[in-house]
Amino acid sequence: MKEVELKMLERAKELLTSGEVARVIGWKKGDFCHDPSPASFETVEELNDFVYDWFCGANLSKYLIQMSKKEGKTAVFLKPCDTYSFNQLVKEHRIKRENMYVIAVECLGKLDVEKMKAKGASMIEGVDVQDEKVTVHTLYGDQEMEKSEVLLVKCETCNKTHQAKDEEIILHERQPKDVNRLAEVEALEAMTEAERFAFWKEQLSKCIRCNACRNVCPACSCIKCVFDNPASGISAKANDSEFEEQMFHIIRAFHVAGRCTDCGECSRVCPQNIPLHLLNRKFIKDIDTLYGEFQAGETTEGKTPLTSYTEEDTEPNDVFNGEAK
Amino acid sequence: MLKIAKERLNELYAAIAEAQALVLPLKKAGEVNYGAWAEGVEVSLETLKTVKSPKDMFFPQSENMMKFKTEGKNIEIIDVRGEKTPTVLFGVKACDYKAIEVLDKVFLADPVDTYYQSRREATTIVTLACSKPEESCFCKAFGIDATNPMGDVTTWIDEAYLYWQANTEKGESLTAVVSALLQEGGEAEVAAQQEKTTAILEKLPFSNLDLSRFTPENLNELFNDSAWEEMSEACLGCGTCTFVCPTCQCFDIRDFKTNEGVVRYRCWDSCMYSDFTLMAHGNSRTTQMQRFRQRFMHKLVYYPSQNDGLYSCVGCGRCVNKCPQRLNIVKVIKTLGGKKND
Ligand code: SF4
Ligand code: SF4
Ligand code: SF4
Ligand code: SF4
Repeated sequence: MKEVELKMLERAKELLTSGEVARVIGWKKGDFCHDPSPASFETVEELNDFVYDWFCGANLSKYLIQMSKKEGKTAVFLKPCDTYSFNQLVKEHRIKRENMYVIAVECLGKLDVEKMKAKGASMIEGVDVQDEKVTVHTLYGDQEMEKSEVLLVKCETCNKTHQAKDEEIILHERQPKDVNRLAEVEALEAMTEAERFAFWKEQLSKCIRCNACRNVCPACSCIKCVFDNPASGISAKANDSEFEEQMFHIIRAFHVAGRCTDCGECSRVCPQNIPLHLLNRKFIKDIDTLYGEFQAGETTEGKTPLTSYTEEDTEPNDVFNGEAK
Repeated sequence: MLKIAKERLNELYAAIAEAQALVLPLKKAGEVNYGAWAEGVEVSLETLKTVKSPKDMFFPQSENMMKFKTEGKNIEIIDVRGEKTPTVLFGVKACDYKAIEVLDKVFLADPVDTYYQSRREATTIVTLACSKPEESCFCKAFGIDATNPMGDVTTWIDEAYLYWQANTEKGESLTAVVSALLQEGGEAEVAAQQEKTTAILEKLPFSNLDLSRFTPENLNELFNDSAWEEMSEACLGCGTCTFVCPTCQCFDIRDFKTNEGVVRYRCWDSCMYSDFTLMAHGNSRTTQMQRFRQRFMHKLVYYPSQNDGLYSCVGCGRCVNKCPQRLNIVKVIKTLGGKKND
């Protein structure tokens, strides 16, 4: 990981020094080894804080909406999953592609510090990753963990590859994972209606309506969200009744259907760890079943299942009656 | 001092719950939040940071304030407050207890917020000392002693026992309710634990943050500091930091038309939200930098200048752990707080 970081740093310096770009978007060091923040770097000095490590899970694509409007070119480091969001935003005319310079960077999965803490690690000072093993260095000594158990949820099933790049920094090839990202959705589908309702009720009633899931989502790029608009009649800042949250989440899931790239940011940021990705993956699965395999964000052009109509399309009524083709 | 064996805690909960409502940290759907005790729930006393703080118990995320009924030209105002159920709030950590003092200064100052007051008065608070503080805790920086929280009753927990010490009249009455379950003893064990924990607290990375620059005299200088721009750059404008914070106290009030007339309702608001401070003329804060600055200036400068220097951050570390972008008050303190942070 260190070699990758050094290569990235070297490129960032070159690009800024030569004036090819006005700024570089990446991650900067935090107070611990596990809390880097997304950041933009405009000078070589600012790059002193640059970092790329096992905790750079944040998706940088959404910043580009603001950044691509600034003077000059913006270089950005994108992980495989981030490039899907990038393409989707270009397709929706939210990012000006010609103002961007995409450096595809390797990702062998990012780690979730909360999962490490849940396994008893306290006062974490650093991590070392060797293939599938993670050594967590703490003030109280080292702790060994399986990498698969401390990955971010979005990384557990990720088999994504870069879909956008102007150049790449990839030093280690990644082996495809033999996992079914829809397994959890299938498990939910297998439940009875009552069980499924109970599952979501328990999960969604934890929601504190902080809107982090919405604000981080690259598919949620409305300038003014209907839930923030006092004139909309449904603007809301709190969970009004115990389960009112279903409205917010279901409306949001519908709104991003067909555009959600399964980047997994919503589940990553939720302070209550609500498995929001399951709502989106249900839509992804249904779109695949009803209209044929489709992955949002693979391209920046072309029609999508929910924005094109053919006479063969499944009728809503057939879906409702369970008779869809 | 009194004590009860750990494996008998369920009996203690049951005895309290028989007399009053009992609210304590519960694990539900994988996360620990305060909730009402009932037979079979999973209590998680040791969890340092419940996702939401206990402030909900006095200042719920949303509540109805009153109802209006109109008939012809008459408006009837219906009081929905009612009597509050006597409640025991159990397992409150030192930082969260201090946060209640911060809230009291806002809600119990003239004009008194009667919604808050009635819940506050109906509640007996049982605190729990920490013995395993973690890296994001920095209560010590605000002069809070995690090993000796106050409250109506203070408790400590170790491998074998929960130790119990009543501090107030309310605390004594609660002790009377459960006295059959408690036995004498524990002073030595508690003192030993406190000593050990104090040593850990010393070593925490943020325990000695320098706050010296946050004074009313520096208000303008801090407000105009150019560092806010960079510090807030990655802020999403979500409400996570405000909604998990035990001291954030802002709310919004709206009227809704319902089948039973108009309901006036209030809910938590966040200074990080784009419609916060929206007025008829527009919004006085138009950028996320201004909103971000407001949150931290309020905690570290505005509130203390109106409350004899009391900061309205208690160092619970929730925003440190939960901000999706890893921005937080510690980064602000380190950037602006004082020379010793360098
Ligand atoms: S809904 Fe979630 S997974 Fe889908 S694009 Fe938005 S943040 Fe990513
Ligand atoms: S991030 Fe989680 S808690 Fe916040 S609004 Fe979304 S689902 Fe609710
Ligand atoms: S500081 Fe973090 S938690 Fe607070 S509003 Fe900004 S992004 Fe959200
Ligand atoms: S500002 Fe952060 S650390 Fe301070 S009391 Fe609020 S949540 Fe806790």
